[in-house]
Amino acid sequence: MTDHQDVRLRVDKVKKVYSRDGKEFEAVKSLTFDLHQGEFACLVGPSGSGKTTLLKCIAGLMAPTSGAVVLDGRPVNGPARGMAVVFQEYGRSLYPWMTVAANIELPLKIAKLSKAERRARVDEALHSVGLEQARNSYPWQLSGGMQQRVAIARAVATHPSVLLMDEPFAAVDAQTRADLEDLVRSVWKRHNMTILFVTHDIEESVYLGERVLVLSSSPTVIQDDVKIDLPDERGQLGTRSLTRFSELRAHVYGQVQIAKTNKTGMVTSRQAAVL
Amino acid sequence: MKTLKSLGYFVGLPIVLIAAWWAATQGGGSFYVPDPDQLVTAFRTVWLGDGFTQDALPSIARLLVGLALSIVLGVGLGIAIGSIDWVRWLLSPLLEFLRAVPSTIMIPVLLLLIGINDAMKVTVIVLGCLWPILLNTIKGVASIDEVQSDTGRVYGLTGIDRMRYLVLPAASPQIFAGIRQSLAVGLVLMVVSEMFAATEGIGYAIINFQNRIDIPEMWSGIVLLGLLGVALSVLFQIVQGRVLGWYEGLKESAND
Repeated sequence: MTDHQDVRLRVDKVKKVYSRDGKEFEAVKSLTFDLHQGEFACLVGPSGSGKTTLLKCIAGLMAPTSGAVVLDGRPVNGPARGMAVVFQEYGRSLYPWMTVAANIELPLKIAKLSKAERRARVDEALHSVGLEQARNSYPWQLSGGMQQRVAIARAVATHPSVLLMDEPFAAVDAQTRADLEDLVRSVWKRHNMTILFVTHDIEESVYLGERVLVLSSSPTVIQDDVKIDLPDERGQLGTRSLTRFSELRAHVYGQVQIAKTNKTGMVTSRQAAVL
Repeated sequence: MKTLKSLGYFVGLPIVLIAAWWAATQGGGSFYVPDPDQLVTAFRTVWLGDGFTQDALPSIARLLVGLALSIVLGVGLGIAIGSIDWVRWLLSPLLEFLRAVPSTIMIPVLLLLIGINDAMKVTVIVLGCLWPILLNTIKGVASIDEVQSDTGRVYGLTGIDRMRYLVLPAASPQIFAGIRQSLAVGLVLMVVSEMFAATEGIGYAIINFQNRIDIPEMWSGIVLLGLLGVALSVLFQIVQGRVLGWYEGLKESAND
């Protein structure tokens, strides 16, 4: 894991300060972490921990005040090819004037892929999320969970180096959420993807990730970096009833509690070494 | 069955009104109000003969050219102005002022500036029709959803592609609302522009019949204008139904 070659995403001392009405507000103090090829990492933190700010900085939608984001060795100074994002607001992220297939195809068209390649990728992506029968529907004809699957398919079809997901399941019901979690795990494996998944849900982060990064509250630093040593094959019932799952959940929960109460952001010994 | 029913609603009331009008004008009505027979005869002789090519066609051509120019200018400028915040803030008060100036009052001015010709009449139509389209397009473009916009940026949507796949479709409901308003305005301006120093056109013909006290002929021109308005509206709705089908569906699904 320390091999330089397989670092997909490097977030290096990213800091974000907003100035509003002449007052400065430090949203993100300093964040540093690497994401390796094939890693599934979850960013979890209390609300107001600058999760969305951080994600926008990584996606190149917002410029950090200082620090750098590096994707595949190239600095990110704006939306970069190779980065895909799944937003929480699926209803607003899909274009309602296009069919499901056209939505998935659009980024591929912009990337100037051949028609045959586009078609193959759309088919493959629809198959991955199990929505072959919805290809000619419009997004608004589908349920919320299906719409989010379309957004995932659109991201997958671009074959991204890194897939960013911003609380993607916060707006769907519990059952749909469980299904979507398993879907993301299967898509991750099938396409050997590298995923950074932002959530406020501790259980979700432990269930999904191979690694959980706990954020402090603002000004944000990384509170803890937890390796999730659960079996590779995960299932809603089996995994969640493991003793190890409970232990990890309790650990992350504890860290989030510390993050909430300790406004200055406690720096763990491990993190101190990085900083 | 469904189309039959909607057709019934479409023509139902007009049929009743025409019947009432017919009944009222039997046994010698007013000199100024012809009965349906007289009107139909007048309509046939005036508008299905030379009147069609001499007066109706030039009017319709000017109206369509004026509307087309207004749409191209309104949407083009609207996208440019709506995309850049400071340009929009700078221009909005001026545009509201220009919109408020009744474009009919520009006819004497344009007569001086351009002269008595088609260009002047088309200009009058454009001066009236441009504003609803322009202002609606600006509003539509400026209020594009942030997530839609961010999604576009993430996937490399820029320049012409952004216009084509995001900005135009996203603003199209508002653009169509603007076009709808300008259709009515355009018809009025088409007629009015032909009432001053004109030599042909539907408006000119109506004034001419009135001067010659050809009452059924005068009324037939007014009927033609009404029919023209309905035809434009039907055509507009067909196009809107095609282009904005997604928007209707989206609204319905949001109401569920």
